[in-house]
Amino acid sequence: MTDQAYNFAYLDEQTKRMIRRAILKGLAIPGYQVPFASREMPMPYGWGTGGVQVSAAVLTPDDTFKVIDQGADDTTNAVSIRTFFERTAGVATTTATADASVIQTRHRIPEDQLSEEQILVYQVPIPEPLRFLEPRESETRKMHSLEEYGLMHVKLYEDISCHGHIATSYAYPVRVEGRYVMDPSPIPKFDNPKMADMAAIQLFGAGREQRIYALPPYTKVVSLDFEDHPFEASKADHPCGMCGAEDSYLDELIVDDTGGRMFVCSDTDYCEARQAAGHKGKDAA
Amino acid sequence: MYVAVKGGERAIENAHAWLAEERRGDTDIAELSVAQIREQLSLAVNRVMAEGSLYDPDLAALAIKQARGDLIEAIFLIRAYRTTLPRFGASEPVDTGKMTCDRRISATFKDLPGGQVLGPTFDYTHRLLDFKLAADGEVPQAPTRSGITAEDVPHVSEFLNREGLIEGAPHDDTPPPDLTREPLEMPADRALRLQALTRADEGFTLGLAYSTQRGYARNHAFVGELRIGAVPVEMEIPELGFAIEVGEVTVTECETVNQFKGSKTEPPQFTRGYGLVFGQTERKAISMALVDRALRWEELGEDFVGAPAQDAEFVLYHADNIQATGFLEHIKLPHYVDFQSELELVRKLRREAETGHVQEAAE
Repeated sequence: MTDQAYNFAYLDEQTKRMIRRAILKGLAIPGYQVPFASREMPMPYGWGTGGVQVSAAVLTPDDTFKVIDQGADDTTNAVSIRTFFERTAGVATTTATADASVIQTRHRIPEDQLSEEQILVYQVPIPEPLRFLEPRESETRKMHSLEEYGLMHVKLYEDISCHGHIATSYAYPVRVEGRYVMDPSPIPKFDNPKMADMAAIQLFGAGREQRIYALPPYTKVVSLDFEDHPFEASKADHPCGMCGAEDSYLDELIVDDTGGRMFVCSDTDYCEARQAAGHKGKDAA
Repeated sequence: MYVAVKGGERAIENAHAWLAEERRGDTDIAELSVAQIREQLSLAVNRVMAEGSLYDPDLAALAIKQARGDLIEAIFLIRAYRTTLPRFGASEPVDTGKMTCDRRISATFKDLPGGQVLGPTFDYTHRLLDFKLAADGEVPQAPTRSGITAEDVPHVSEFLNREGLIEGAPHDDTPPPDLTREPLEMPADRALRLQALTRADEGFTLGLAYSTQRGYARNHAFVGELRIGAVPVEMEIPELGFAIEVGEVTVTECETVNQFKGSKTEPPQFTRGYGLVFGQTERKAISMALVDRALRWEELGEDFVGAPAQDAEFVLYHADNIQATGFLEHIKLPHYVDFQSELELVRKLRREAETGHVQEAAE
């Protein structure tokens, strides 16, 4: 199965070393975006090339690899990335969160708590949390170095004055160890609290934007808010239709022509494990 | 009843099989060979080599075949292959003064040493569909070219330089940065900008160049010289201690001569824009020269008038079609999770709007 025409995990050793240096720098300065010489990968930019490069740099032959997209192991792009590493690295793969040593994810953090033995690799489209307030990279880098985050607070304040609350539902900005404001990647804000004090290493790769950043284990991560408008992690106000879980993030499905809906866990492994353990939601067969 | 969606893997495999079948088309029609593409679609091959940043006509032709003629997809294949290649070293700078020119024209001087050579150009063809081509591919033999040798063809800008009418182009041996090995960071010097422009999307570069002609940072450009031909590539071999020729590449070079009334720091003189692109790719080379000139406003002490072509961050971060197409097309990927959170938010905002209940946050 392994493709011998390429080096282990596709990238050559020099490139992996360069990426590992960026990762180490990122871990040393949590939340800081480290520029790295992102390579063209055999999948398109915007489809997880940053995450793939980070995974390639941290994977060893003994690792067990899991890939999720939108929480699910069987979405097409997750399948594609998992197959890529099966081919180029020959690593074992799994869909069980607890069995994986490296988990690459797009847009979700698994519901199960991660351990110190695990690495969570996020795919990041736009690593710059200030990008939509200031399009120039030269400016935003300056703002980070001067810790000049007033613009972000004004934006959040304007949300509150217009809508009564902060109108950001995903990619909700966080502050890391009281220093860098960081983009958590487009995870729903429901997942934000899981980033704080996580036992696993969290690595973030943005291929097209050529940035890597990181959170070492047990890092303080605070979602931006105001004293009188505290951050609130939200999700659809239903239990899962399949496993009955009340604490998991849910996808909304349209199940018939009359607009009938049902809600199910977006984390497929979590949902399946619960169903296997005998939990049953109201829509389960 | 909802059943969790499985079978992504099989769907992908089947899609790939269908794609392969579509690529081949009707099997009653003879299959295109890579050599046919290389020889008969050579301008497509040139574009793929230029924007793929890899000079290999056979691989470019293969990429075009595999990509069903989608050139950006072909460029992507070449880029992804290129990035896996080991690097033996860097060549000496190519000397375009030693080019064996197939084409060499100047729009600024009627005649000049080396002469004007039209070469294989569409320029003066009448754009009438040639139905003979549909019937048979017979072509009349072109007269043998007289062949101009390297020594005959000095650069036009040298003539202006002798009079001091054009800005100098001082010799600089600083090793240029490598866009493919270092992350792009701003501000980018001219060497880096040129590197990004030479692999930039042809359409994007053309549009930007055209915008300068229409007044967005106008810097009226004359094509001082456009030349297309083969140049030898030399590389110094450490064990030998001298440079040897390792091959040759065909390139298109465009030097523009631009109006310049002078600024606070520079006297009135002509200024330069420069384009150098793999293969016969003159639309791209001319566009590149115009955009290069527009991006040089700062070093020439000109005003930033807010034109897109002057804005290095805007140009360089958006000119790469592989980055652009990837990010653009990624919105086809599932976004259930972020969409779900937006759904919840919009419902909440609508509920509030309906009840007219908007908290006064500023209280």
